[in-house]
Amino acid sequence: MQEMSDRLLNNKAAASIAWAVLLLPPSTAIFVILSKFSVLHPIQTISECFSMLTSATAIFSFILLCGVIIMVGFLNFEYYTVIPTIACSKIALFGQLLHPRQLVNSLVHCIMGMIVAWCSAVTIGFRYETLGHPCAQTDGYHQMCLNEYHLILLLGGAFVGFSHSLLGVIHNMNYVSFHTVQQYKYLRFKGCLPLVVKCSATQALYSVRNFIVVYYFLGYIPRTWICKTLNLHLGSSAHPLDSIAGLLDLSLLYHLWISATFLLFTWYITLLLFRIFLTEHIHFRLNPTDHQILVLSFPKFQFLALQDLALLSQHSPLRRCEVFSLSQPGGHPHNWNAISKECLSLLADLTQRLVAYHDTVATNGRAKSLSSGSERKTSSETSGTLISQKWLSIPLTAPFTPDLDSPFMSPALRRLAAPVEQGSPWYGTVQSPHIMRRVKNFLAKRVLIVYLFNKLPEASSQALFADSQAHIWALEGLSYLVQASFSEDQFGVVQTTLPSILSCMLVLQEAVDRHFKLPHASSKPVRSTSSMGDSTYKTLRFALRATLKTAIYRITTTFGDHLNAVQLSAEHRKRLQQFLEYKE
Amino acid sequence: KEMYQSLDFSPPSLSFPRESLKLHSRTENSSKAAFLDHSETLWMRSAAAWRDGGLTGLLNEITNSHPEVPKWLSMSSGCILALLQWVSSFHGSLFPHLTLSSEDMIAEFSQVLNWSDCVVRAFAWHPHTDKFAVALLDDSIKIYNPKSATTPTLKHRLQRNVAVVQWKPLCASALAVGCQNCLLVWHVDPCSLSTRPSAGCAHVLSHPGHAPVTSIAWSPSGSLLVSASPMDTAMMVWDVAAESCVPLQRVGGGGVTFLSWSPDGSHVLASTPSALFRVWETRMWTCERWPCIKGRCQSGCWSPDGSRLLFTVQDEAVIYSLTFTNTPGPHAAVVVADLSETTFSTPDGDIIVGGEIQSLAWDPRGERLAVLLKGDPRAADRSPIIAVFKTRVSPIFELLPCGFVQGEPGAEPRLMQFHPNFRHGALLTVCWSSGRITHVPFYFLSASIPRLGLSGSPTLPHVQERPADFANQSLFTEFIS
Repeated sequence: MQEMSDRLLNNKAAASIAWAVLLLPPSTAIFVILSKFSVLHPIQTISECFSMLTSATAIFSFILLCGVIIMVGFLNFEYYTVIPTIACSKIALFGQLLHPRQLVNSLVHCIMGMIVAWCSAVTIGFRYETLGHPCAQTDGYHQMCLNEYHLILLLGGAFVGFSHSLLGVIHNMNYVSFHTVQQYKYLRFKGCLPLVVKCSATQALYSVRNFIVVYYFLGYIPRTWICKTLNLHLGSSAHPLDSIAGLLDLSLLYHLWISATFLLFTWYITLLLFRIFLTEHIHFRLNPTDHQILVLSFPKFQFLALQDLALLSQHSPLRRCEVFSLSQPGGHPHNWNAISKECLSLLADLTQRLVAYHDTVATNGRAKSLSSGSERKTSSETSGTLISQKWLSIPLTAPFTPDLDSPFMSPALRRLAAPVEQGSPWYGTVQSPHIMRRVKNFLAKRVLIVYLFNKLPEASSQALFADSQAHIWALEGLSYLVQASFSEDQFGVVQTTLPSILSCMLVLQEAVDRHFKLPHASSKPVRSTSSMGDSTYKTLRFALRATLKTAIYRITTTFGDHLNAVQLSAEHRKRLQQFLEYKE
Repeated sequence: KEMYQSLDFSPPSLSFPRESLKLHSRTENSSKAAFLDHSETLWMRSAAAWRDGGLTGLLNEITNSHPEVPKWLSMSSGCILALLQWVSSFHGSLFPHLTLSSEDMIAEFSQVLNWSDCVVRAFAWHPHTDKFAVALLDDSIKIYNPKSATTPTLKHRLQRNVAVVQWKPLCASALAVGCQNCLLVWHVDPCSLSTRPSAGCAHVLSHPGHAPVTSIAWSPSGSLLVSASPMDTAMMVWDVAAESCVPLQRVGGGGVTFLSWSPDGSHVLASTPSALFRVWETRMWTCERWPCIKGRCQSGCWSPDGSRLLFTVQDEAVIYSLTFTNTPGPHAAVVVADLSETTFSTPDGDIIVGGEIQSLAWDPRGERLAVLLKGDPRAADRSPIIAVFKTRVSPIFELLPCGFVQGEPGAEPRLMQFHPNFRHGALLTVCWSSGRITHVPFYFLSASIPRLGLSGSPTLPHVQERPADFANQSLFTEFIS
């Protein structure tokens, strides 16, 4: 099963990369035309472009670009996730940025950016073409001088690649979300294309601006280094480019921007195609062994299976019929049992998580203010950290906070974050609330620490619902199947599980309601529209809440008063009555 | 009448006299005149112009403040402005509706007759309960629930010129509102006793270029909301909880004016300001293009099983029908009813009925079809009227004239909607030009001879069926995804 799913995902990724490579020639052609365009000589531009596109260097650089695209596609495949990692504090974000895996990613992007920039320098030609050029010195003989225009383009490419990789972490660009609206791949691609063009142009503008600032202050370092290692001389003819006069060259800025746009555009297209191919709906065969897929602790594939379940339950009566069928020898509803069991355990898992989170938040507040000395001893196991009140809550929400054992954490930090052991010399000091407070005040004054360790509002709430897309599909799938069972279920297989489905949903409803009463949980995040990062995960909890209510209403409106015959606890019956009267 | 009152459910008949509403005497922009002129620097003014009016506003500001800016700048911005205006006028000549103001545009494409002059601008029954929402001329929305004493009034800064309201299916609280600048989704807690829910209960959904919103439709499963604007060629599909939208863009038409989601959830009708409408299937969101012969598609409604679409075309007095079955191949729309002018003799004298159709409404069981006829504003004896037809969807489609609904003298019907789950037949709610809202019940047992309960309407002495002259006229489709 594992190999099959791997093969399927590999095929999807390979197809997306192939399409990205196929789309490279048209985008390169447009780039060549835009970079060489001159208003005064339009005919000459076209002939130049044509001769350029057929030259040997162009073909060589095109092969290089293909290699870069394949590499980008590979990195997308290697780094993507369907459950976003959400940093709960600034320090966690820095941790993510400095993670070795991420450093490798940044380095590779940096190099690839430089390669693309070299290709674009060769393509633009003109004064950007080579790193060195012969120049005449005052004493008459010729020597090689550094071509700073070529260098600035290369460094620009490296900078844009690097910032692309950093922004990828900050905006969760490796997160792949599934759309509620199903569309054919070509139409989805066509619909997203204007957004990609806009994003790459604006992002290139910002990156080039930042690069120019950096180059203005630090540009001399790589320049002298290159000169020294390659034994080149600095040309004395023109302005050095890290001066204001040198940077105010409009044509240079335009070429920097257009090559950065080209770079980002090709990469974003690769990313977009990858997302489109990956989230495409797959038909799963329905038989009990296949539904073991749902059990696999392999979220990427589990998501596809759940998506299929939600769609089949909504749209295809034939496949629903298969779900409600009985096994031929024995007469057991294996399909339905497997599906309902899996979905219910997913939902129960979320309920449990919410309840646990709510309990920790509630007890956390009390333990800090009210607990006596003896109680603190027990709670020090979980909350015995020193830094600040807000930092205290981080270990409590352990699954949703940065991995403290990861290698990027300094030993000192780890000691601060780790629970204080009873025998350690720290133990005695912690016991005194007086010193504790003083330490806290001391540290709270340090703005940087507060900045780094402050929990980002609503981040923990987002983290709690990070994988809720699965729950949403489970709810949709179950509720549509139950709805359809009213008229389609010949053997009454759904009836046996109806009480557990209802009570599971009602318990979850209660937990979700309680969660939304917490501070920050119901505040709406700011949405950024012009970014390739997908911010769907920020609103998943709202989507889950709405889907849950709709799912319960779907069952209550279909069954109506028949639900009174279903065995439920008194409390659940009361809650269900609210739904039957449309008062929720 | 007696029977009507003896039943357990009696929806309130309401009246909103025009005088009782506090109307805006001025528009938002003209409040500038009430303040003293305050001279700001050019930079401040430019920034404000950019914020308020975008690029055009900025260029206008620069052009008009020529003593402060260099001559070449004001000259060039004037030239750009002229060029922009020329381009937009060219665009406007292709699609004349683009030159209308937002308010006129809503009035033009609304399902409400004479929308701009209407006290009740939009009306929506809740799909599962007996409550309803009424949008009034003063931009407020009131929610009436016969089971509750409180009447929440919804007001929001952005809620101006409400064109359409609709309740979310499978939900007790969410009400979507399409208005001049954006789309609002209110969450009105049915258990709350508050009469003025705060603006925090409303989620604003907006997308650049997608205003004014003239039509919205919830999917029957309650998961998606589609919205349409005549200014935007894309139709938006919203995931409301996630506040994300997917624009569905197609070339041609110049905008989207009216949307209707089929009750089974499989199709969405989307009409455009041009002589073209589309029918989207909602699984993969592809569409069929339907070019019309004469005008734009004015209104449409679906049979309960979603297999048949009835629609009307502007400037034509006929109802077309389209069937959606699983069999592929080209199919054509056929004329099912001809509503050209006809004279009926009643005890009170002859009346002339017929002509252009403003809107259609089909009751949820598919047994009654209400047609709001525009009438002729110039002729005194040809006021708007609602014609009611008996219909049957299966085994074969049937449509028989049944009667008319008229109001008190002087009151014209403006807007109508069927109650989504009236147990004793069908209940048509009509909003009148006088500001009254009345409910007209039709009692019948399914597929049996109905007993009419028309209030104040002339009973039809003789059913007159005309052979359709349009029988050989049909529309053809092209399949374009």
